[in-house]
Amino acid sequence: MSKTRRPEELNYEQAFKELEAAVQRLEAGELPLEEAMTLFERGQALAERCGELLDQAELKLRQLVPDESGGYAETDLTLKEEGE
Amino acid sequence: MLLGMSQMPLWDATSGPVWSVADLNRYLRQLLESDYRLQDLWVSGEISNLSRPASGHIYFTLKDAQATLRCVMWRSEVIRRSFLPRDGQAVEVHGQISIYEAGGQYQLYADTIRPAGEGALYQEFLRLKARLEAEGLFDPQRKHPLPAWPGRIGVVTSPTGAALRDVVNVLRRRFPLAVVILAPTPVQGAGAPASIVAALEAVNRHARPDVILLVRGGGSLEDLQAFNDEGVARAVAASQAPIVVGVGHETDFTIADFVADRRAPTPSAAAEIATPDRADLSAALQGARLALAASLGARLERLRWSLADQRSALRFASPGARVANGRQRVDELTRRAVELLRHGLALRRANAAGLAQALRAVDPLAVLARGYALVLREDDLSLVRSVQQVAAGDRLRVRVSDGTFGAEAKTPASGNSRARKRDPQNQRR
Repeated sequence: MSKTRRPEELNYEQAFKELEAAVQRLEAGELPLEEAMTLFERGQALAERCGELLDQAELKLRQLVPDESGGYAETDLTLKEEGE
Repeated sequence: MLLGMSQMPLWDATSGPVWSVADLNRYLRQLLESDYRLQDLWVSGEISNLSRPASGHIYFTLKDAQATLRCVMWRSEVIRRSFLPRDGQAVEVHGQISIYEAGGQYQLYADTIRPAGEGALYQEFLRLKARLEAEGLFDPQRKHPLPAWPGRIGVVTSPTGAALRDVVNVLRRRFPLAVVILAPTPVQGAGAPASIVAALEAVNRHARPDVILLVRGGGSLEDLQAFNDEGVARAVAASQAPIVVGVGHETDFTIADFVADRRAPTPSAAAEIATPDRADLSAALQGARLALAASLGARLERLRWSLADQRSALRFASPGARVANGRQRVDELTRRAVELLRHGLALRRANAAGLAQALRAVDPLAVLARGYALVLREDDLSLVRSVQQVAAGDRLRVRVSDGTFGAEAKTPASGNSRARKRDPQNQRR
């Protein structure tokens, strides 16, 4: 818990994994009450973060384009005829 | 033939039977149809004079540099074929030779038409398939499982094809949390195999995808040649990220399908196979929320019971009213908390924090078992809640989970009271 990051900094996968772990620890029922309450709050915040991400998610489109150095760069991609 | 001639002395202009045209044509038809080689054959040539009247049958002429052959394909055959020829196209036609008696025309009654060279392509396909299979490239053991969480999805296909749009549409609906990285490449034509290989390498190396979709829309065997290319097959096998191949095709499989970690019948299906569905994620999240609430709810319920158990044990050490009062407050808060948890999964952060604070303040008893201690003044058995209640030399009584012992205050500490409460060692002598 010492390396706790703010929920806003987590992506869905990270937040959901931590939420599942929190539920497991709480279900085991071995934590002191104070820690359990803290963990519960954390769980709530994580669940809210997940819900937000799920509601607001918008697929990101990129493409690889060759650059001058012979490698590739990632640029945004816009599809024609979108939203039809 | 010679036998026939003796029966039909047409060369005798003055005597013998005279044939009707119909009889002759029927006879010739029977002759042609009795030759098995003419009843099951492939003919190659170029299509010309193609017509398809309202009847639905198609008529065309097959020609090469020296000669022409009339052909017909009945409607019943036509509608079973996805491939329809065009004028000028080089094709191979299968069927039987017979005579159209009314017109006195011999012709090829076609049942199958394929682009020229397809037979050879198919033979080559079978040879390559057998070779790669013998090498173990199709073995189930060497296939990678698809990731549960494909956050980065590499897509290798044409930037202008319908396949890309199909994939993007499915991903928008199912798994919009993903990032799609397109490695554009032509998917048919002479340069396609090399370009697909390069795209697979580029996407593996530069995009670090969790999964790769190699897709294109349907087409003839010739159109799909790039997906039957040995180099492409080996690039698919060598990919670091798992690959789903989704090529829409009427013919059954491509070599790439066999080598892929997973095979899908269309580009859309490839996108579906590779991703979790937003609806499932949402259900899982809701489940976790409920489990979270239930876990603490159960905890608070237990706490309430253990409080009741400890009440009598503690009566000796504390003014009865205070315990009763405290217990009631805990009961009340617990009930409210359980209520909140049951109804409002959206329990506010601040609420929860305040509640936890309140529970901690009124519930020193339940935590004794976990190493906390109660400190009482020896003279009046009042609870010590502040350093101001204790002077150096005061006699104290310390209650821990399984009993009490005496203690004496030294210089009262001036640090914060939380730290002292959390560390029973300070109280011990």
